[in-house]
Amino acid sequence: MAEAQSIPVGSTTAGAVAVAAESTVATRMSAPPSFDVADFPVPHGREEEWRFTPLERLRGLHDGTAIATGDGVKVAIGTPEGVTVETVGRDDARLGKAGTPVDRVAAQAYSSFEKASVVTVPKETVLTEPIRIVVHGEGGVAYGHQVVELGAFAEAVVVIDHTGDAVLAANVDYILGDGAKLTVVSVQDWDDKAVHVGQHNALIGRDATFKSFVVTFGGDLVRLHPRVAYAGPGGEAELFGLYFTDAGQHQEHRLLVDHNVPHCKSNAIYKGALQGEGAHAVWIGDVLIEATAEGTDTYEMNRNLVLTDGARVDSVPNLEIETGEIVGAGHASATGRFDDEQLFYLMARGIPADDARRLVVRGFFAELVQQIGVADIQERLLEKIDAELEASV
Amino acid sequence: MATLEIHDLHVTVEADNATKEILKGVDLTVKQGETHAIMGPNGSGKSTLAYSLAGHPKYTITGGTVTLDGEDVLEMSVDERARAGLFLAMQYPVEVPGVSVSNFLRTSATAIRGEAPKLRTWVKEVKETMERLSMDPAFAERNVNEGFSGGEKKRHEILQLELLKPKIAILDETDSGLDVDALRVVSEGVNRVRETGEVGTLLITHYTRILRYIKPDFVHVFSGGRIVESGGAELADKLENEGYEAYTTKGGVSA
Repeated sequence: MAEAQSIPVGSTTAGAVAVAAESTVATRMSAPPSFDVADFPVPHGREEEWRFTPLERLRGLHDGTAIATGDGVKVAIGTPEGVTVETVGRDDARLGKAGTPVDRVAAQAYSSFEKASVVTVPKETVLTEPIRIVVHGEGGVAYGHQVVELGAFAEAVVVIDHTGDAVLAANVDYILGDGAKLTVVSVQDWDDKAVHVGQHNALIGRDATFKSFVVTFGGDLVRLHPRVAYAGPGGEAELFGLYFTDAGQHQEHRLLVDHNVPHCKSNAIYKGALQGEGAHAVWIGDVLIEATAEGTDTYEMNRNLVLTDGARVDSVPNLEIETGEIVGAGHASATGRFDDEQLFYLMARGIPADDARRLVVRGFFAELVQQIGVADIQERLLEKIDAELEASV
Repeated sequence: MATLEIHDLHVTVEADNATKEILKGVDLTVKQGETHAIMGPNGSGKSTLAYSLAGHPKYTITGGTVTLDGEDVLEMSVDERARAGLFLAMQYPVEVPGVSVSNFLRTSATAIRGEAPKLRTWVKEVKETMERLSMDPAFAERNVNEGFSGGEKKRHEILQLELLKPKIAILDETDSGLDVDALRVVSEGVNRVRETGEVGTLLITHYTRILRYIKPDFVHVFSGGRIVESGGAELADKLENEGYEAYTTKGGVSA
């Protein structure tokens, strides 16, 4: 739709395909990954990984001044039979297994939580009902850590809902055993003032399948790092995302897929709609194919639909290939305005302009929502999109 | 009886930072039940006429009037024109990703008819109309015009024509890019609508081929942004034999 028909001022679509001995994906972070917040200097905003983020709106998460208030968020976990939920201390061996914090706020979260939550689906357990995790902001500052672990050949759907108002830095680890299948839907439906920063690490076992939907509607500032690495060959990751960025909102999604073992697949599709003065969406798509990752098949795409003036998109796909022995690697990014020809076509069939706009934006997202494969969740998200559209377009 | 009256219509378009007059005084009256063929060389302004009547924002009306049953069409928005009974079958239908044909048709029919069609009769109506146009039922679940072949796009336009039952149908080069089989199927669809006697048809075409299937009551030769000659069906035969040369060389816009 409206591919690069008009790219708003400030939009970057600078894709880069680098064939390099040294990973720029790793080196363009200002510090190496670490669990300890002290290993990261306080960002000043010019670092590559912070240059799009308005630091002053992080409410102190980045400089150590945001102190947990104890009434930050309430977490409720609803699980079907056969699933265990544990609250564990910081020394639990399962914490941090899926990935290491890559920036100061993720490290701050890891250094600051007191108790973590571990949800376990035993091996070969196939759930028919989703696991539901509800994170409700109570107005304070909170740090958290959530682990979801699937044993070998287990299958589950996890829905994480974020609502209310909070200043939250929290990481999530998904650990998939061999042949496991996990679908995660993380919905950021925060109130207008909320700040939410976190790193989502998925470690995908041999022949396991990970499907992630990151859905961001709300918040003053949301900045998430969905990251994937593979523990064995044959793994598949599908990373889907959609965001609806309204006036004044900053919504940032920074993906990294690390193809570190052979014969794995990844497919990332993120779509966003923006409207209103100061709406700012950032999408970073880093895919690294390491020298060992022969037979990799990867594709990543970001699409943005700019509905009004005053909105800004920064979209940066980045593909780095260290071996030529791969099945495929590609990326695409397009930011366009609402397509007047589509509008004309629909209106020429009697459909009023507002309805036509809603139909097109709904359609833009529906393609992605249909991939979830869980009917009641799909319906809920489409209803939510409709509500966003009713309120605005 | 519904009547579309076009009087002294002048239309300009902005191109390369210059304003260019495309239509230079078009006069035409189309009544319900009549079929008018507008024929002309490339660049004569035929499609501009079609899109101007539908209200495409690219075109600026600088003079003249268009009325449908006395109502000022030029004052209406694009969707109001469609609801008033104007239908434009487009030469290049637009892709609308993520919007299924079935959702689109129902939304459109609801807008045009003023109320949502009853689901059971609607599904049957769509299914039967699609069958008559030799369209696969799976078509309804595809996204509007996305990945459609040229023939599929035109069938989809005629499907809408049959379902929306306009008072005035403007068919902009519906025949272009169609093979003989598709042309026959599409023409049969148009004829079914014509046979109701309730539609006035404005058939815009470059070629006489489609007129073997759809018999016009009137043929108009379009050149240099206006109608330069009008006649009956026999005028099409003359064009078939002699081409447009006689019209383009006598002061019209050269193609």
